[in-house]
Amino acid sequence: MRILMLGWELPPHNSGGLGVACYHMAHALAKKGGDISFVLPYQADHNCKFMNILAATHLDPLERFGGSAYDHLDLTAPTFESDHGGFSIRDVQAKYIEFVTKHLKDNNYDVIHAHDWLTLEAGVAAKLAYGVPLIAHIHATEFDRSGGDRGNPIIHEIEREGLLMADKILAVSEYTRRLIHEHYEIPLDKIEVAHNGFDPDEWGEYDYDPANLAYIEQKKQSGYTVISTISRLTIQKGLVHLLRAFALALKFNPKMLLVIAGDGDQRDELLALSAELGVMQKVLFTGFIRGREIRDIYSSADIFVMSSRSEPFGLTAFEAAHHGSAVVLTRQSGVAEVLMNVLKYDFWDEHRLADILVNISQSKGLMEDLQKDVRREYTKLPWSKVADVILGAYKSTLRGVAAFKAARLKPEKRARRAG
Amino acid sequence: MSKPTIVLYLHMHQPWRVRPYSLFEVGKDHNYYGSDNERVFNKVAEKSYRPMLTLLGKLLDKHPDFAFSLSVTGTFLEHAELWGGDIIKQLQELVKTGRVEIVAETYHHSLAFFYNEAEFEDQVKMHQAKIKELFGVQSTAFRNTELAYNDALAEKVANMGFKTVLAEGWDKILGWRGPGYVYDAKASKPLRLLLKNYRLSDDIAFRFSDKKWSEHPLSAQKYLAWAKEATINQPLLNLFMDFETFGEHQWADTGIFKFFEKFVEMWFKSDGAFAKVSDAAYAHEPKDVISMPETVTWADTERDLTAWVGNAMQRESLAHLYSLLPEIKKRNDDKLLYDFRNLSTSDHSYYMCTKYWNDGDVHAYFSAYESPYDAFLFVTNAIRDVEYRARM
Repeated sequence: MRILMLGWELPPHNSGGLGVACYHMAHALAKKGGDISFVLPYQADHNCKFMNILAATHLDPLERFGGSAYDHLDLTAPTFESDHGGFSIRDVQAKYIEFVTKHLKDNNYDVIHAHDWLTLEAGVAAKLAYGVPLIAHIHATEFDRSGGDRGNPIIHEIEREGLLMADKILAVSEYTRRLIHEHYEIPLDKIEVAHNGFDPDEWGEYDYDPANLAYIEQKKQSGYTVISTISRLTIQKGLVHLLRAFALALKFNPKMLLVIAGDGDQRDELLALSAELGVMQKVLFTGFIRGREIRDIYSSADIFVMSSRSEPFGLTAFEAAHHGSAVVLTRQSGVAEVLMNVLKYDFWDEHRLADILVNISQSKGLMEDLQKDVRREYTKLPWSKVADVILGAYKSTLRGVAAFKAARLKPEKRARRAG
Repeated sequence: MSKPTIVLYLHMHQPWRVRPYSLFEVGKDHNYYGSDNERVFNKVAEKSYRPMLTLLGKLLDKHPDFAFSLSVTGTFLEHAELWGGDIIKQLQELVKTGRVEIVAETYHHSLAFFYNEAEFEDQVKMHQAKIKELFGVQSTAFRNTELAYNDALAEKVANMGFKTVLAEGWDKILGWRGPGYVYDAKASKPLRLLLKNYRLSDDIAFRFSDKKWSEHPLSAQKYLAWAKEATINQPLLNLFMDFETFGEHQWADTGIFKFFEKFVEMWFKSDGAFAKVSDAAYAHEPKDVISMPETVTWADTERDLTAWVGNAMQRESLAHLYSLLPEIKKRNDDKLLYDFRNLSTSDHSYYMCTKYWNDGDVHAYFSAYESPYDAFLFVTNAIRDVEYRARM
């Protein structure tokens, strides 16, 4: 099976979970015999043995879109000035499309597998020009990124067109599948769920040194419960509700710390809010963290909260489970469909979240059972299983497309059957 | 030689389920019980209580020798008084025949015996008073919640004046001994022990409609042959199960009611008999003394209490609740004590069970809550309110 995968990032040059998911997915598919070429919008040395990585531009990873998130409000604004001139995200996408269509002129593939709106246009262009079946893999829609009901209409339009043109859509959760159906009016039978996977072995055990987080550990020693979240600080993640719930919970149990790890456009708002709520002393903003710091924060957390207003999947829940935290997550997430040994709430329900935080912090039994039980179940979705789902989707799509083409070539047959 | 005798015993119970009771209501709203209770009761009443009680009445009318036993919890009777007055009347009619025994137990279907013996005694007395009030009878046979039994329980209930006690006929305890004999319990006063024949009981209670079961479908004819075989040497066949087996666990469309009616007919025709538990226990000489130092229940493959106290949440929740009892009793507040007792109902702990809560196996799980952890949350908040009131 020759697969042309269209992606926007791979580790280590990733800004979020998309790159991680693409990497593990491609790896698992390659192990099952997939012959993969992976197109990136930038040039970098990935030293990847299991697939062929193609660079659509000569830009370096940072130039792709200024090293972090693009500006939702103005897609044509240059995000980075460089020796190559100023580039907007739309400029980079245009080059990406050009590269993909050129590449297909001389290369044959069985399927094109495009990830998210960033590469969907290229997938559609390639399908139109060469007739290769298109699989659209949706990790997040503009509805998720904008935290609900807004978002950029141009991105919505690109998503809608790509979803209509795709021969099959893979959604990272049933939650996302429903959202695609409801907001983009795509029939449900065209959308299959391929949950993201998690391989604990990829992470391995981590030898956490409490000295790395001396202040937090000192608080723990004096009876504090540490509640943590690792997230981009942006509206999608529901952090305002988390902060308000935390303030409510403190009224019942003052011995709690909230660690908010990450950075983003909402940081100042959250800082101001924690001051306004009078809880600043008990809220720790770590700023952007990476590598060992991420593992330290996971390891020190008694409770990990994923507070997203809309989360297509939510890999951090698995990572937190791996590091031994009790996991609390919103029902508006894909991972809530997969993990059972967690507490779930609706993102807006600050009272319920406060209730949960107080109860876990005051009950050794509940804390222990949650931490222990989630570790028993979080291994149930290895990437190899996800790869089986995706390969199945490839095969059914190829069958469907072939049958459709066959029917189209013989119009007289259809007429006879209809008569 | 006496006729082979079936000792049919059916258990009726409904708990006061706790609604999603929030921490923010603690100290403000003392009503923990939601509309779920009425909804569930009405559903089960329609599917099971009314049709099965009607069928049992019909069989009593038709066969002057038909007899059986029930256990009816106090919380069930409270539900029925609120939403099923006709069911109380049906029960009264049955008891009036003199061929239906209502076995004693804890009013609140609790595990109080394992936490506080005085409270256990109070709950048993409360139950006896309620049964006397509604039905005018009092039994000297006892069954503990979930048939949770050990030698200490036998000693306790013997001292309370009971003459017969029910327990699980678990192979590990019985060894070569069959569940169809009468035994003596290991107690300092005379106490007869009747043991459940779990194979033949569970064929009806659990396997009846299981299409994967090699004996499916189970006909009255086939079951009659098994019942005969079980009573070739042993005088009794003790069939103990939930009343809700009929119509709720096994829906009417599985043919459970017809099966039961037909089987009773055939059993009489083949010269079999039925008996109430107290009559059966004293119609035969005890075969042996049976000792159960460890607690045995009728639940799960383990036949222990792990479904109620198997995880840390459950143990903590029960310890928290019972630790409040001395303070509560001092308050002389009937409503507070009543709420404490409703929270002592074992179902709350059962909802927190995580034994079968793995790999998303939701189907095997029967609960009023989204997860065992949610159950813990709501019940703990309710216990907090009781704590608050006790210290007000």
